[in-house]
Amino acid sequence: MPVVLDAVRIGRTLTRIAHEILERHVTPGGPGDMVQLAFVGIRTRGVPIAKRIASAIREINGQEIPTGALDITLYRDDLMRHAVGPQPVIRRTEIPFSIDDKRILLVDDVLYTGRTIRAALDALIDFGRPKAIQLIVLVDRGHRELPIKADYVGKNLPTSLSQSVQVHLTEIDGRDDVEIQDA
Amino acid sequence: MKKDLLGIGDLTRDEIYLILDTAEAMREIGQRPIKKVPTLRGKTVVNLFYEPSTRTRTSFEIAEKRLSADTLNIAVAASSVLKGETLADTAMNIEAMAPDVIVIRHASSGACHLLSRICKSRVINAGDGMHEHPTQALLDAFTIREHKKRIDGLKVTIVGDLLHSRVLRSNVLLLTELGADVCVCGPSTLVPIGIERFGVRVSTNVDEAVRDADVIMMLRIQQERMHGAFFPSVREYFNTFGMTPARVARAKPDVIIMHPGPMNRGVEISSEVADGPYSVILEQVANGVSVRMAVLYLLAGGVEGD
Repeated sequence: MPVVLDAVRIGRTLTRIAHEILERHVTPGGPGDMVQLAFVGIRTRGVPIAKRIASAIREINGQEIPTGALDITLYRDDLMRHAVGPQPVIRRTEIPFSIDDKRILLVDDVLYTGRTIRAALDALIDFGRPKAIQLIVLVDRGHRELPIKADYVGKNLPTSLSQSVQVHLTEIDGRDDVEIQDA
Repeated sequence: MKKDLLGIGDLTRDEIYLILDTAEAMREIGQRPIKKVPTLRGKTVVNLFYEPSTRTRTSFEIAEKRLSADTLNIAVAASSVLKGETLADTAMNIEAMAPDVIVIRHASSGACHLLSRICKSRVINAGDGMHEHPTQALLDAFTIREHKKRIDGLKVTIVGDLLHSRVLRSNVLLLTELGADVCVCGPSTLVPIGIERFGVRVSTNVDEAVRDADVIMMLRIQQERMHGAFFPSVREYFNTFGMTPARVARAKPDVIIMHPGPMNRGVEISSEVADGPYSVILEQVANGVSVRMAVLYLLAGGVEGD
């Protein structure tokens, strides 16, 4: 399987995104603006990515940004459509802070149809009223089915519908890389 | 999962753990400002209760509403049962209105099985006579696991009216399946014949039965199901089998005391124990909602073998 991002490039990409976040959020209102930020990673692989970007920011300027985890299964639009096979497993949502008036940085590994993000937006709104929600993805592979666009993209990866993109992260898979697979 | 949840016997060990893990995730929804997810939007759930129930019915209804299902409660006192309609006819009439899930409680053991054969809707047993009450056993296991981090190898002592208790049957099946060491205790007139075949120890001496227990589960004396003299008096029952602080002291220092409710204070349990530091009785009620949400969610998926 061709590797399109290796461990070194994933690390460099996430550090670059950390700098972009600082660039966009620190200047206008002064350092106070950063206080408003919070990461919410989409389970499964959005969570470690969010934690890594948060720790990259901590290394750059010492700022601690709260990080939560969101499971969007109960909000999926395809849940009850096909009554075959078992239900998808639900994992815990952990957002241990109020999202009211915060600037939420929503994090996922791959942006594809946009349906996961649609579900995540619905889920987030049930937790409060954030001031803004921005989207961070490691890979944007195209083929959107909904009007959704990422604010921070690690890598734009043109794909065909028959291909699949696999993100592996050390925390979950024991290694860091992004692979593209032909069906 | 199978089409219906009629008893613990329908579940594999993996399915039991799947329900408990899913309930763990569901619990968080109850702590949000908006306690609702859109998962069962557009699904209709009928709660068909042929027996009085506060806890179980309310718990199911809250679980259904938190998952956005449309719920309908049919209480027997106001229904055509009083006009002589049979359970099968009632079931077929409800089925004709195409609900997705029917939750049934009935005084006759096996009533939910009859419903399950007639109806295409998913059927959840919320207590059938003296047979099973699977969601109660699941929420009990959830509560035990939360406190003890495991179920395998725990010593669980169940004390009370064993004969009439569907909670006992479901709990014995579930706890033995998950590897607990179960001891059941009650007056010999209230011990079901052959109960030891389920792999439990039987005792008629509560002081011995609670020794070193990790969990003590009390069962209500079900006077409404007793047509005969099973023990001389309520007072004598309390003296012989009632859970008192002195008896609790014989168990492990970190014992938890459970009761499926409704409690008869001064009959099977003293108020000091029911309201005491070891009691997890109200946690059981809270956990019931999460467990029922998990069951409703998991049953709404595909059926095995489809």
